[in-house]
Amino acid sequence: MGNLISLLDGVLIGFVYGLSAMGLSLIWGVMKVINLSHGAMMALGMFFSYQAFSKLGINPYLALPGVAVFGMLIGLLIYGVAVHRVLSGPHLSSLLATFAVNMIIIGVGTAVFSTSPRNIDYSAGAVVVGDIRLPGTRLLAAAAAILFAALLYLFLYRTRSGKAIRAVANNREAAELMGIAPTRSLALSFGIGTSLAALAGGLIATFFPFTILSGGTYELKSFVICVLGGLGNPLGALLGGLILGGIEGVIPTFMPVSWVPVVEFGLFILVLVLRPGGLLGEK
Amino acid sequence: MKVSHRGRLKGKWGEASKHQGWCRVLWGTIALAVMPVSAASDRTVVVGFTASQTGKLNVEGIRQINGVNLWVEQVNAAGGIRLADGTLLKVTAKFYDDESNKSRVQELYTRLICADKADFLISPYSSGLADAAAVIAQQQNRIMIAVGAASDSTYKKGYTLVYQAYTPASRYLTGAVDLLMKYEPGARKLAVVNEKDKFSTDVVVELKKYAEAKGFEVVLFEGYDTGAADFAPFINKIPPDTDAIMGGGHFADTSTFARQLYEKGSRAKMVALLVAPPEPKFAELGEAAVGVIGSSQWEPSARYSGETAKAMGVQWYGPGVADFEAMYQARFHEEPSYHSAGGYAAGLLLEKAIKDCVSTDTEKVKSALDAMDIMTFYGRLSFIVTPESHGLQKGHEMIYIQWQRDAKGALVKRLVWPKETSDADAIPMPKR
Amino acid sequence: MLAWGTIVWGGGNDATREKAFTLIMFVGLAGSLNILLGYTGYVSFGHIVFFGLGGYMGFYLLAGHGWSLPLASLAGGVFSAAIAGLLGLAVLRLRGAYFALATIGVNEAARAFVSNFEPFGGSTGMSLNFSTYQQYGGAGKALWLTFDLMVAVTAAALLASALIKNSRFGLGLLAIREDEDAAMVMGVRTPRAKTIAYMASAFFPGVIGTLYFFKNGNVEPGDAFQLNMSIELLVMVMLGGQGTVLGPLLGAVTYQGMRGYMLTSPLFKDLHLAVAGAVLLLIILFVPAGFVGWLRERFPKLRGVLE
Repeated sequence: MGNLISLLDGVLIGFVYGLSAMGLSLIWGVMKVINLSHGAMMALGMFFSYQAFSKLGINPYLALPGVAVFGMLIGLLIYGVAVHRVLSGPHLSSLLATFAVNMIIIGVGTAVFSTSPRNIDYSAGAVVVGDIRLPGTRLLAAAAAILFAALLYLFLYRTRSGKAIRAVANNREAAELMGIAPTRSLALSFGIGTSLAALAGGLIATFFPFTILSGGTYELKSFVICVLGGLGNPLGALLGGLILGGIEGVIPTFMPVSWVPVVEFGLFILVLVLRPGGLLGEK
Repeated sequence: MKVSHRGRLKGKWGEASKHQGWCRVLWGTIALAVMPVSAASDRTVVVGFTASQTGKLNVEGIRQINGVNLWVEQVNAAGGIRLADGTLLKVTAKFYDDESNKSRVQELYTRLICADKADFLISPYSSGLADAAAVIAQQQNRIMIAVGAASDSTYKKGYTLVYQAYTPASRYLTGAVDLLMKYEPGARKLAVVNEKDKFSTDVVVELKKYAEAKGFEVVLFEGYDTGAADFAPFINKIPPDTDAIMGGGHFADTSTFARQLYEKGSRAKMVALLVAPPEPKFAELGEAAVGVIGSSQWEPSARYSGETAKAMGVQWYGPGVADFEAMYQARFHEEPSYHSAGGYAAGLLLEKAIKDCVSTDTEKVKSALDAMDIMTFYGRLSFIVTPESHGLQKGHEMIYIQWQRDAKGALVKRLVWPKETSDADAIPMPKR
Repeated sequence: MLAWGTIVWGGGNDATREKAFTLIMFVGLAGSLNILLGYTGYVSFGHIVFFGLGGYMGFYLLAGHGWSLPLASLAGGVFSAAIAGLLGLAVLRLRGAYFALATIGVNEAARAFVSNFEPFGGSTGMSLNFSTYQQYGGAGKALWLTFDLMVAVTAAALLASALIKNSRFGLGLLAIREDEDAAMVMGVRTPRAKTIAYMASAFFPGVIGTLYFFKNGNVEPGDAFQLNMSIELLVMVMLGGQGTVLGPLLGAVTYQGMRGYMLTSPLFKDLHLAVAGAVLLLIILFVPAGFVGWLRERFPKLRGVLE
């Protein structure tokens, strides 16, 4: 019974991890850039949600669309300032450029918010089924994650802009020849990627305390998930998130909890070395 | 350059001076930095420390620094520390924000000593940071009063100049076991979940020994990394028939742990946690705080006084409990917690030691601290002076509080242990 | 360069020694990173793992088995190099972004592992009994010894960097950086070359780590594997100019100077990371060759001097 609860806890969070990893995966898939400011975006999402809740009294779930728009705008800004120029350069440049952005966001965030932990004191009750007690916040977060994943899928497959993005991801030159302006699609996909990161942050803030530095841990998890699910494969990212969440839930049942990161990163390196395309393959 | 500070250094580390002298002769013309001749003044004494004004330890850190600053303000308001020979010593406090970060602590304490010329040091808050500062203090031959730092391990490292103002970690939760035995005589199973830092680890190692000696079974004994936010994996591992849950670490993580215990509907009969429950801010947890027990270095309702001092045969020094609370309340508009009291007590210790030896010389003040045995508003203070554990606090005891609802339904802290000096009986954890 | 080094030595004063210690440490670390990053083009984001692992091993021998400081530091360096050799077998096969990610993974895995590894003290780490300093004639003398050794190892790292750059081996590495496949075709034994570079870049941080932890008197997982520190090394190398010998030195000096000023100024104390990030961004966008690289391009006559 204890094991089942652990598994469920893990899987519920796994949905949120998956959502954040989808953002990272999308950006990589479309422009071969690993966004090292991913964690910082998540932290910004957490703070946006927190400010909305504590200063304006807005329900954190109702604030989510605001978080998404905020994430999108910041993403477009980052793209314009830092990413666009280095797209055609060596990989190192884009890695370092996004990392520089990360440092800037964290630096400014630390100055504005300090590194003292914050908490959103919001309780959504709990769902009790027999001996199993699932906190409402985690259930709602999982539901929100599924919803936004579905919205992303619809966008990519049913709208013109979405299809343009997929075309650019597939073959940028061909897309250009077909009359698609790549910059628009690239910027948009970067913005969507950061928006998803911010959303994930906003959801995580409802059940864990956080600081401007908290994004780091989740960014590392996103890397692991993307590698598991295949970089560039958003659906793989969601699945990878569930797998990771499941692992985090189940491993502690037979090992001290502090061994979980060792297993996570061990797995990460193993998959990178043996199957860089991820367990589900790249797209 | 025979300067007062250099003079102290030369005494112990004479060989180092020779090395420096050689270098100075060779490179005399390339003067990179010239240490100014200090105005050999015994009219001002500089007390240096860092505080965790930001970062994950900021709640406790700010309380502590408020206590220290209150002491500084009061001493200076009275004109200074009055010595027996008539001199009046003003106190200058020099401090920086360490951001709850260890490498900053080491940089900053070195700076406090070398650039800011601190004569005495007070430790940062938390055993981890205090340990880092202790090395610097000992290396540079400065006395440091360690407050907000209960880990015993710091005092097993051969330091001679570090003095602990807190009851050591090894005595933190042993009283909770006694409390449990008194109120739930049938209890047998104990789960321990603690932060993996020096302080909490020291606490639970002793706790486990003590509990097992009293016949308890420790059904879970695991640690979480500092800064952990997700306690579900640990809570899921606590067997449903566990009688008591003990542990925690520092304010942020312990509060989150308490909250998540509540959210997950924990059925333990007793929950005793470190550091967070005695802080007034813990009340923000609302329903999740009810029934939680915490061990405390000091409470506003403590019963230390001139009479208790007389009964024990020790000298009474400093303001009374009610006086301290009033002064702190007036200055900071908040209720003091034991972190605040500890900060103030650190200043008191320095003040008394300086008065006792009528000097600010490190060796003399050290002797005064070695011999110290006084009763204050904060409790009894005396130190172990054996080489193996020099500086460990000897006289001070822990008291235990519990959050309960009063007649009007408001959340209040009540002193529940030791029984002889308690305000109220302990209540079992509410049914969830 | 040597002249500069000895001038710092002449301080004779504790406060300057403290400031200089951190500076020289970073020069050494940046210089070692450059051997990998600058010459082979492989971006290691988690390079600090060698500082941590080597430092831990050296400290363990020092504190637990009473080895002397010079010997223990050397052992720390050798340990790091050995780990790099083993690790390289797996991760050096990866290219570009994958390699960078893998190095982050390695750093985190190492930290999580050491945190659980009891012989290394687990999560509370290891510490020195203060009397250990008596072996060296007291704390004061011990600190000076550590400083002297730090200057020595940094000088060695920069020397190694210069020697490699001007050797045939170094030429092979630079070929790998330009185009690895072409280099292979041209006969450069790329796996071997990369591994040797990796091991060389890991040795010095191992020694430096041991010295650093000895000075601090203790080591904890949180101190030994700081990803932020690792990234700051990258910034220093890029700032000064990757692939040059003087670049890391200049970059480290500039960065540390900036950082030291900002940390104690109440206005900038929190912004130092943001400023560093902005500087890095500007370099990436406009001056990717770093300061020294830019100087070399601008003033070809200086190329002989600015190695």
